[in-house]
Amino acid sequence: MPNFIMSYLDGSVRGTPGEAGSQFWALIYVFIIFTGVSVAVMAMNWLERKALAHFQIRLGPMRVGPHGLLQPIADAIKLMLKEDIIPAEADQFVFWIAPMIGLLAAFAVYTVIPFGPSQAVSDMNIGILFMLGVSSLGVLGIVVAGWASNSHYPLIGALRSSAQMVSYEVAMGLAVVSAILMTSMNASGTGTLSMIGIVRAQQEQGVWFIFKFFPLGLIAFVIFAIAMIAETNRAPFDMAEAESELTAGYHTEYSGLRWSLFMLAEYATMIAVSSIAVTLWLGGWMRPFPNLLRAPAWDFIFSLFPGLTFVGLAAIALVGVVRMPVHSFFRIQRIGLAVFAALLGLIALLLLTIAVAGRSVDTTVAASSVARFREGIDHVYWFVLKVAVFMYLFIWYRATWPRYRFDQLMRVGWKVLLPISLGVLVVTAIVGVIVS
Amino acid sequence: MNPVATPFFFYMLAGLAVISGVLVITRRNAVHSALALIVTLLSVAGLYLMLYAPFVAGVQIIVYAGGIMVLFLFVIMLVNIERSSKERRFNRMWPVGLAAACTLLALFVSAFAKGKALFPDRMMSLPESSNTQQIAAMLYGDAGKMGPYTFAFEVASLLLLAAILGAVIMTKKKI
Repeated sequence: MPNFIMSYLDGSVRGTPGEAGSQFWALIYVFIIFTGVSVAVMAMNWLERKALAHFQIRLGPMRVGPHGLLQPIADAIKLMLKEDIIPAEADQFVFWIAPMIGLLAAFAVYTVIPFGPSQAVSDMNIGILFMLGVSSLGVLGIVVAGWASNSHYPLIGALRSSAQMVSYEVAMGLAVVSAILMTSMNASGTGTLSMIGIVRAQQEQGVWFIFKFFPLGLIAFVIFAIAMIAETNRAPFDMAEAESELTAGYHTEYSGLRWSLFMLAEYATMIAVSSIAVTLWLGGWMRPFPNLLRAPAWDFIFSLFPGLTFVGLAAIALVGVVRMPVHSFFRIQRIGLAVFAALLGLIALLLLTIAVAGRSVDTTVAASSVARFREGIDHVYWFVLKVAVFMYLFIWYRATWPRYRFDQLMRVGWKVLLPISLGVLVVTAIVGVIVS
Repeated sequence: MNPVATPFFFYMLAGLAVISGVLVITRRNAVHSALALIVTLLSVAGLYLMLYAPFVAGVQIIVYAGGIMVLFLFVIMLVNIERSSKERRFNRMWPVGLAAACTLLALFVSAFAKGKALFPDRMMSLPESSNTQQIAAMLYGDAGKMGPYTFAFEVASLLLLAAILGAVIMTKKKI
C-alpha cells in the first residue's frame, strides 16, 4: 500500500489515475469526489436558502446552529427518519428504481470532470460526448418517476420535463460543438473531445474560448448557459416542478430518503453542467492570465488566493461572532461560530504555509512533492471557484426571474436558441477555415 | 495500461444484453419493456467500448439511450397500458417473426462457421486514444482527400434531411 502512495508523491505517476492505470488512486479519487460533491450539495442547500431569504428581505434558517449553519444536517437527519411512502397504485419496482437512475447518471459524469491536469478520475478520448450522453440519461429517472407514481401531477411534470430536456439538448449540443471546433485551431488541425485536451487547447492558444473569435465564443457560451438551466430543471425553467401548477411535479408522491435522492441528483447535475461550461469556455483549472503573467512571482501571488479566500471566510465568521446579540441565549451559538471561524483560519494558515513552502524550486523528493501538492491545490481551487460562481448564478436566477409559461419555453428553445446556435456553429467553422 | 477487454466483462455485458433483450419481449407492461431495452442498449455500448471504439459507444448512449428512448417513453406513457396489456400478444404476426428469427440464426451460424475467412483472426491494434480522429478521417477524408465513406455518409445525411422535412410536412398542414 505505501508503494501506491509513494508512487504519487514522488512524481512517478503522471496524468490521471485512469491514464496511469492505477486502480488504487482511481478509487481514492472516486471517494474524494463523491464526498466532496455530497458536502457541496449540503453547503449549496444552506446557501440557497440563505441567499433566497436575503433576496426577499427575510432571514432564512437561523435556529439550528449559528446562522442556520447546521440546518442541512438537521434536514438530512429528518429526511432519513421520515416514513418512506409508496402509493398503493404505484408501479412498485419502477417507483423504487427511478431515483437511482437519476442519481447514477448525475454521479457517473464526475469520472471525466477535470479538476486539474491530473485531478480527474480518468481522461477519456470522448470526454465531452460521455458527459452529454450520461447527463441526458438523467431525464429517464424523472420521466419514469412521473409515470410510476400513477398520479396526474407527476405525469404532467414528467411529460413537460422530457419535452423540455429533449428540445434544449439540441441547442446545448450545437453550442458545445462550436467550442470543440475551436480546439482544432492548432498546427496539426485536429481537435479533441477529451475534457483535459480541451483545457490544454485553451492554454496553447492563449485564450479562453469565451473570448475566442469575439463575439462567437461568447454567444455560444450564453446559449449553453441558458440551455443548462433548462436541462437541470431550475427556475425560471422549472416547469417540471412548478409548484403553483403541479404541486411538486414529478416527485409529488415521493417522500423521505427517496425524495432527497432526487434533490441530490438535481444539485449534482447542476454542478456537473457548470463544470462543462467552465471546462469548455472558462479555461477549466487555469488561473487568470496563465500565459501573460507567467513569471514565478505572479505564480506565487496567484497561489496565495486559496489561503486568502479562507482568511476572508474566517473574517466573515468573526464578524458574525462580534455582531451576535449579547444574551445568555446566544452563548453556545457564539462559541460554536467562534470555533468555526478558528477552523477556517486554521485551514487558511495551512494553505498559506503550503503556498510559501511550495515556492522553492528544490529537487529533493519532499520539496518537489510539496510543490506538486501546491499546484494541485491551485488547480482545484480555480476550477471550484469558477463552478461556484455558476452555482451562485443559479440561485440568483431563481430569485430574480418569474417562471416561464410552457409554450414560451418551447418557443425560446426551438425558435431562438436553436437557429442562433446553428448560425454560430456555421460562422465559427467559416472563420476558423479563413484564419487557419 | 492493462486491457479492460477481459472475458469477464464480455460475458457480463453480453449476458446482460441477452437477458434484458428477452425481458423486452416478455414483459407485458410497455414501460418495463422500454426500461429493459435501455439496459440492452447500454450493455451494447459497453461492448463497443471493449472493442476499443469509444466514439461509437458514446454515440450509442447519447442517441439511443438518451434521445430515442426518452421519446419512446414519452409516447408509451400516453398509451393506455391497462388495455394493451390485456390484449392477446401472439397474433398473426408470429410467422413473420419466426422467419426473421430463423434468417438471423442462419446468418449467425454461417458467420460462426466461416468466421476465420471473413474476419481478421485477431483484434486490430487501433489506438484507443485517437478513435474519434480515425472515424473523422474515414468519414470526411484526410488532408483534402475524400475518405472511403465520404460519399455514403453524405447520401445518408441527405436521406435523413428528407425524412426530417417529410415529418415536418406531414405534421404541419399549413406551413
